[in-house]
Amino acid sequence: MELLYFGDKGWGDELFFATLMTIAVSITAMIIGFIFAALFTPLKLSNNKFLNSIGNAYTTVIRGVPELLVIYLFFFGGSGAIMFVASIFGYNEYIEINAFLTGSFSIGIISGAYSTEVFRGALQSIDKGQFEAAKVLGFNKYIYFFKIILPQMLRLAIPNLSNVWQITLKDTSLISVTGLVEIMRQSYIAAGSTRDPLFFYSFAAVLYLMLTFLSMQLLNRLETKYSKGY
Amino acid sequence: MDIELMINSFPKLLNATLITLKLLSVSLILGLFIGLGFAILRMNNNKLINKFAYGYSYIFRGTPLLVQIFIIYFGLGQIEYLRTTFLWVVLKEPYWCAIIAFSLNTGAYTSEILRSAFQTIKLGYLEAGKSLGIPSKIIFTKIQIPIAIKQSLPAYGNEIILMLKGTSLASTVTLMDLTGVAKYIISTTFKPVEVFIVAGGIYLFMTFIIHNVIKYLEKKYGFQT
Repeated sequence: MELLYFGDKGWGDELFFATLMTIAVSITAMIIGFIFAALFTPLKLSNNKFLNSIGNAYTTVIRGVPELLVIYLFFFGGSGAIMFVASIFGYNEYIEINAFLTGSFSIGIISGAYSTEVFRGALQSIDKGQFEAAKVLGFNKYIYFFKIILPQMLRLAIPNLSNVWQITLKDTSLISVTGLVEIMRQSYIAAGSTRDPLFFYSFAAVLYLMLTFLSMQLLNRLETKYSKGY
Repeated sequence: MDIELMINSFPKLLNATLITLKLLSVSLILGLFIGLGFAILRMNNNKLINKFAYGYSYIFRGTPLLVQIFIIYFGLGQIEYLRTTFLWVVLKEPYWCAIIAFSLNTGAYTSEILRSAFQTIKLGYLEAGKSLGIPSKIIFTKIQIPIAIKQSLPAYGNEIILMLKGTSLASTVTLMDLTGVAKYIISTTFKPVEVFIVAGGIYLFMTFIIHNVIKYLEKKYGFQT
C-alpha cells in the first residue's frame, strides 16, 4: 500500500492525475467522435451514391482496421497531414501537435465511426410518419430537427452510445504507446521504477473497472431519463 | 506517395499476417471453450457459481485488453513461485502470454454471447424434447446447440472481427505481428500513410472474408425457430 502514498513517497498522486487524463482524453475523443458522426451520418443516409460511399468507406475502414494501427498513423503522420491540409489553405509553417491532441483525435475518429453507426440505426428506426408529419405541419428546420427528430433519436441511441463510451474509454489505454501519461503509461513508468509490474498493472485494471462501473451508473440514469414514453 | 515502398513492404507484411492469423485462430478456439464453460456456469442455479462467472466476464469486459496482456506478460513473471513451476515455460514466451490474454478476453465476451443465445431458446422446445422422451444429452447437442449457434452467429461474427483487431496488441509485447511489422516499417521509413494503406488493406481483406463466412453460416443455420 505504501506504493500508493501521495507525494514523493508513493505513486498515488501520479496515478490520480493519470486517471483524470484518461477521463479527459475519453471525453474529448467522444466529443470529436460526435462531430465526425454528425458529418458522416447524413452521408451514410444520403441517396447520392458518391456521398453514400464516402460515408460507408469511413465506417468500414475504421471499424475494420486495428485501433493501434490508426493511432500509429496519426502519431507518425499527424503533424505531416495537418501541415499538408494547412498548406492547401496557404499556411506553410511547421506545426507540431501534442500527444493529447493526437491521442484524442485518433481515438475520436475511431469512436466517431461507431457513433455514426449508432446514429444511423437510431434515425432509421424512427417512424417515417414522424418525418412526414413534421414536414406537413410546416415546422421550420430548427424545430423539425431539434424538437422532433433529435429527442426521438437520442432515446433510441443512448443505450448504444453507452457501449461506444465503454469502447472509447478502453481504447484510450492504447494511446499510452504515444507517450501521453494516462493510466497505462503511468503504470508502465511506476512498474519500471519500482520493479513491481504485477501490482501497478492490477491497480490500473482496478482503476479502469472503477471508471467503467461509475460511468455505467451515470449512463443508466440518463437512459431511464430519456426512455420515458412520449 | 511512395509506390515502391508499398510494393516492397507487402511481402513482409503478408508474412507477418501469418502470425496474426495464428494468434487469432488459436485464441478463438481456446476462447470458445472458455466461453462455453463460463456460459454454462452463468446458467447454474447456485448463486456463488453464478456470481463467479459473472465476475469473470465483468472484469475482462470492463478493463482494456492492453492491461490484461501487461498483467500476464510483465506481472505474472514477478511471482517467484510461478517461476519454479512448469507454467513458467509457457509464461516466459510473449507468444503464449498474448494467447492466454486473448483467449481469456474473448472467452469473457463469448460467454455473454452464448449465455444470451441459450436463454432466448424457448422453453417449449426443451419441454417438447423432454415429453418425447429424448435424453437430456441429446436435447443439448441436437436442439439447444444448433439454436444457440443460430442465435449467436451475428454477435459472434462481430467478436471475431474485434478479436482480429485485438491481436494487434501482441505487438506491444514484442511480437512481430502485422501491426508490429507495420510499426517497424513506419518508424524506419517515416512513411506512415503508405504502410497504413497496405497493412490496413490486409486487415480489411481479412475482415471482409470473416464477414462473408459468417454471412454464409447465417444462411446455413437460417432455419425457422
